[in-house]
Amino acid sequence: MSEATHKADPRAIWKGADEISVLTFCLNGETFAIEAVIVQEILDLLPETSVPGSLPFVGSVINFRGKVIPLADIRVAFGMEAGNVTIDSRIIVTELDLEGQTTLVGMRTDKVFEVTSLPASASEPPPIVGMRWRPDYIHALVKREGEFIILPNLQAIFSSQQNNALQATG
Amino acid sequence: MNNQDPIAVFKTEALEQLELIEAGLLDLTRDLEDKAQIDAVFRGLHTLKGSGSMFGFDQLAAFTHHCETAFDRVRKGEAPATTELVSAVLDAQGHMLALLQTPNGDHEAMSAKLLDNLHRAVGGSAKAATQSAAATAEQAGKPAPAASGLSTWELTFTLPANSMINGTNPLGLLDELRELGEAHVEALCDNVPPLEEIDPREVHLSWRVTLKTDKPKSDIEDVFIFVMDDMVMDLKQTEAPAPVAEKAPAARPEAAADNAPQAAASPADAAKAQQPTDAKAQKQADNVRVPALRLDEMMDRVGELVIAQSRLSQMASSAADLGLRSVSEEIERLAGELRDTMMVLRMMPVASLFSRFRRLVHDLARETGKDIELITEGEMTEVDKTVIDRLADPLVHLVRNSVDHGLETPDDRIAVGKSPVGRVHLSAHQTGSEVVITIKDDGRGIDRARVRAKAEANGLIQPGAQLSDQELLQLIFQPGFSTAEKVTNLSGRGVGMDVVKKTIETLRGAIDIKTTPGEGSEIALRIPLTLAIIDGLLVRVGSGRYVLPLSAVEECLELSLEEDLKSRGRSFISLRDDLVPFLRLRELFRTGTQPDPFQKVVVVSTGTERVGLVVDQIIGDHQTVIKNMSKLHDHVSAFSGATILGDGNVALILDVAHLIAAGQHQEAQLRAAG
Repeated sequence: MSEATHKADPRAIWKGADEISVLTFCLNGETFAIEAVIVQEILDLLPETSVPGSLPFVGSVINFRGKVIPLADIRVAFGMEAGNVTIDSRIIVTELDLEGQTTLVGMRTDKVFEVTSLPASASEPPPIVGMRWRPDYIHALVKREGEFIILPNLQAIFSSQQNNALQATG
Repeated sequence: MNNQDPIAVFKTEALEQLELIEAGLLDLTRDLEDKAQIDAVFRGLHTLKGSGSMFGFDQLAAFTHHCETAFDRVRKGEAPATTELVSAVLDAQGHMLALLQTPNGDHEAMSAKLLDNLHRAVGGSAKAATQSAAATAEQAGKPAPAASGLSTWELTFTLPANSMINGTNPLGLLDELRELGEAHVEALCDNVPPLEEIDPREVHLSWRVTLKTDKPKSDIEDVFIFVMDDMVMDLKQTEAPAPVAEKAPAARPEAAADNAPQAAASPADAAKAQQPTDAKAQKQADNVRVPALRLDEMMDRVGELVIAQSRLSQMASSAADLGLRSVSEEIERLAGELRDTMMVLRMMPVASLFSRFRRLVHDLARETGKDIELITEGEMTEVDKTVIDRLADPLVHLVRNSVDHGLETPDDRIAVGKSPVGRVHLSAHQTGSEVVITIKDDGRGIDRARVRAKAEANGLIQPGAQLSDQELLQLIFQPGFSTAEKVTNLSGRGVGMDVVKKTIETLRGAIDIKTTPGEGSEIALRIPLTLAIIDGLLVRVGSGRYVLPLSAVEECLELSLEEDLKSRGRSFISLRDDLVPFLRLRELFRTGTQPDPFQKVVVVSTGTERVGLVVDQIIGDHQTVIKNMSKLHDHVSAFSGATILGDGNVALILDVAHLIAAGQHQEAQLRAAG
């Protein structure tokens, strides 16, 4: 496990600091966390407009304060089943850097927990075997209270999904 | 309010000044005797020099000074205007631009070289210009001043209240007057308000100056050159030069000529000289300079207002309250008018775009040794400012391409029986909701065989691939494509044309190419008039709502049940004896819903093709504020953008041209499968 066969340093996202402030949320029972600094807003579910011909990963758009922003479902990238809409379902609006352009993107979640800090010392690189997800989609796993929190690499997910889309249209 | 950086303001104004100078010089290349243009160029140079040194652009001021001196001589008839001089100053004008952009850069060598050219152009008689003598010293050497004749002038002037904010120092002006001769200055306090009302930033005083000087009237006026347009000035000669009376007429016509071409040595001089400046001041007052950013902000606000308004009218139409409804209708009308006004504000004539090509063609002609005539047409066609800004680069590429690849050398042209002067035709006109900008040349045209060979060699197409004529010609816009055998300074590196295509696509425009071997080619850029708000037709397909640009819609009709059934196999309807193919959007979008019992057809046209789009319901017209979609949806070409409806939901805007292409693709697939 500690053999550094995986190229990315799992602690890169900590940028040398001991702790990182994150927002944790739930997708199909797993706990995920994204850096709090990129979070713009947490919204209740909004009416969605589906975009025919787009990938299921970003199948629709929403009206976020007068802007039309894509709504992504990272479950698709992780090969999870689409979850049911519950009273706890929320949209997290994040600001991402896509090919040098700052873009607002909404992300579907089943439930949003809290803003918390994760220590770099508790992080581990994603295991090479024994995981059904692509390792490059994950920055690191952080152990806390007996369970793992997943820090997804949104940059990698979005750029690879976008490439898929370009290939699909040829 | 006045929080703009003065340096930035100076730069914008200097750029305008440089453009005026350039336009004047280019006009002079046609008619060297054009006195009005000579004056205009001189005035421009003079202003540039003065304001340049005022704002610390010393290199620019020093350099411009030499050009000004040269033109001053021409203006006074001491030196003839020659082609060499005009093109030397044209080159210098380009350099001034560089000096303006990078005031602290190292321009010594270039300046020296250009000045050398300039001096050669002015000829031996302009020895004086080679010494970097100040303008005043220069004027001291003139024949007119009549050193012995002292005349007395009475001068009363009032500066505009805000002039100190703009950097004018009245004390400096008075000092300059004192330098001219013996001056008696008297302050007039008539307009000074009571103490509690005094704004210390404003000028409240006027001055009366009695000046005894041997300098001509123009020297006195020159003191006020930067404030002349806004100030009130009264200049009277109370005592003619005492000793030599006949000197006065000699000095006076010249003084008048400084201000206006008509040199009449009458007491009406001053009045006449004042007229053009008055008119100029008037013209300036009619225009307001607004930063484009503020316009954009306002545009956004108007866009949001339009969205809020359509929400209001939706609510009003479902409410029974008549009063609410009439208010809503009034607001709808006002918002519509506001939108239209806003759109007009953003419109600019393409003349500002075309004018820079006169210079480009002039330079290209010199570089390539080709004789080129640029003809422009439809300069008054108006386009959204953003479009103008973004079109500049593509047009430069296209014009360069026409000159470099299209036009032949004069000898070749004579050999094939054409006039030795090659023509590049730049025109703009509006058709419907599009502006068409055409670049036409009468050169050798595009060689289709060579385009194909090159594309095959580059692997852009399969050898022997079947391509339509338009598809083949469009290959020249592929990245890395160039048929030029030798790479020149101008073009041939294969970069540029793909930039053209990209830019036009981001403007949601299209490119058409026409070419006839031996007769020339024509490239037409079709650009939508506006990028921000369009009139749209709102339709429903399945559960989704979509907007069609109303400008593309020709008519709406019902698809009768028989026709619906009959057309299953062939997807054509007959419309007044014309067969129009149609697409079922429900199938194209895979909505998975049952069709409404009465399907509607919206017939849209894309320039050449007419296509029917089958929708479930036509909801009505809708003021559409276009919002761009994110990069994540770049690959979905069926939509050109999105908009926000009255109820806050998002509707996608259908891109008619791409939709038709997508439909054809799907049809081809179906045919191949079935």
